[in-house]
Amino acid sequence: MNPKIRFRGISHKFDLAGAEFAALDNVSLDIADGEFVTVVGPSGCGKSTLMNVASGLLDPDEGEVLVDGEAVSGPSPQRGVIFQQYALFPWMSVRKNVEFGLKIAGVGKVERRAKAQYFIDIVGLTAFADALPKTLSGGMKQRCAIARAYAVDPTILLMDEPFGALDALTRVQLQDRLLDTWSQEKRTVMFITHDVDEAVYLANRVIVMAARPGRIHQIIEVDLPYPRTEEIRLSDEFAALRRQVWNSVYHQPAPLERTSS
Amino acid sequence: MAATKKVRSTWPLTVGSGLLGLLVWVILSNSGIQGFPGPLAVAERAVESIGNGVLFSDLLASLTRVFSGFALGVTLAVPVGFLMGWYRPIRGLIEPWLQFFRMVPPLAIIPLAIVLMGIGETPKIFVIFLASFLSAVVSTFQGVIAVDSTLINAARVLGAKDRTVFTGVVVPASAPFILVGMRIGLGASWATVVAAELIAAQGGLGYRMQAAQLYYDLPTIFVQLIVIGLVGLAMDRTLQYAELRLTNWQERR
Repeated sequence: MNPKIRFRGISHKFDLAGAEFAALDNVSLDIADGEFVTVVGPSGCGKSTLMNVASGLLDPDEGEVLVDGEAVSGPSPQRGVIFQQYALFPWMSVRKNVEFGLKIAGVGKVERRAKAQYFIDIVGLTAFADALPKTLSGGMKQRCAIARAYAVDPTILLMDEPFGALDALTRVQLQDRLLDTWSQEKRTVMFITHDVDEAVYLANRVIVMAARPGRIHQIIEVDLPYPRTEEIRLSDEFAALRRQVWNSVYHQPAPLERTSS
Repeated sequence: MAATKKVRSTWPLTVGSGLLGLLVWVILSNSGIQGFPGPLAVAERAVESIGNGVLFSDLLASLTRVFSGFALGVTLAVPVGFLMGWYRPIRGLIEPWLQFFRMVPPLAIIPLAIVLMGIGETPKIFVIFLASFLSAVVSTFQGVIAVDSTLINAARVLGAKDRTVFTGVVVPASAPFILVGMRIGLGASWATVVAAELIAAQGGLGYRMQAAQLYYDLPTIFVQLIVIGLVGLAMDRTLQYAELRLTNWQERR
């Protein structure tokens, strides 16, 4: 089967205080249709850069991203993005936020409303549909952002540390809810995180990245069944995988480049 | 937010403060300063100038000038501010002039404006236009610059093109800044109109004060000062209210 997303030889450099910084160095990766892939790595490993390239918000220096075999150029509603900072439009209610993308796509009022309502219900914000973002908690804001991304019916969801700013309890609840939503509405998901637990719990496959230059260090298959439950989270198999990913993230060989210039 | 602290009403203090001020005024007027009128004399003069319509026509003249200049200034400032915030080269071209003219008090332009435009309404409205334009344009373009780039990215990944990003994100996100700029601009306009009328006018609150000064007519000067303060306050509060209503979505600390 052809991969849903194919990164081919992606390299990208940033200028940091005059020095060049290789955020990504020749990264290639295939993600299958319907797969849930998490990307972990130390800071500076280029995981967010990789996602910005996938979303089309960043044009890489070298290489290309193919989605369904077609090269990505610029953002598209086909690839939904969920940002760590929620990025809800603060002057719009939850409902208006969720309808935003549908409105741009020219979906009629009645259908728009019904579709938005469907996803608002799925993420459990039914009672808050007409609330302004400022009245919501962080977890609710992120659920609204997830509904907004889902509403335009993307085939791919790109999530950039979406639960990074939330407390541990809310985070676990949202992980379960995300998997729930994902099992009801199957999409290809690429999920960036710095949390090893989260990476293992959610994924079919964990991509471990290394820094300086940003590259793929190791790919670890997570051979655990869905739906993921508390039982799985506390199982020995989970612990073993978690240890494997942990070692891969925290005990990487020294950077290839010298840090001083 | 679960703010349970009870906010004490401050209006008794406001009333008390007003009464205290009145008391100080009475004491001052009885302390023997030559010609210093008491509240009663000023109230009498106020009733008189309301009765013969002079106060009203002066107020109308001043307000007409302010609103013409202010409307022109804001109408031009908002698009210019957006262009400056959105297109870097335009900002580079306009900003030096803006920063320069911001340092020149609008009143300092009056002698030049009178020479070039005569002593009619035009120089006054021009100066007010300048005062409101300068404050509104700076806050508009700062509002555009301050728009969170994540919001713009969020709109783009939902399929928004440049036009939708602008009308759907940049405009509403910078609205609070624009309204603050309008409020500052209106305050500046009001201050400027009165001063401009002091220099050259055939009517208006400032002109009336100028005329009263010639006859040592202190009660009239007091009436004008009080009206200027009250009208300025009313305009400021109206815009503040509009601002609160229109940007109610903001997270306030």
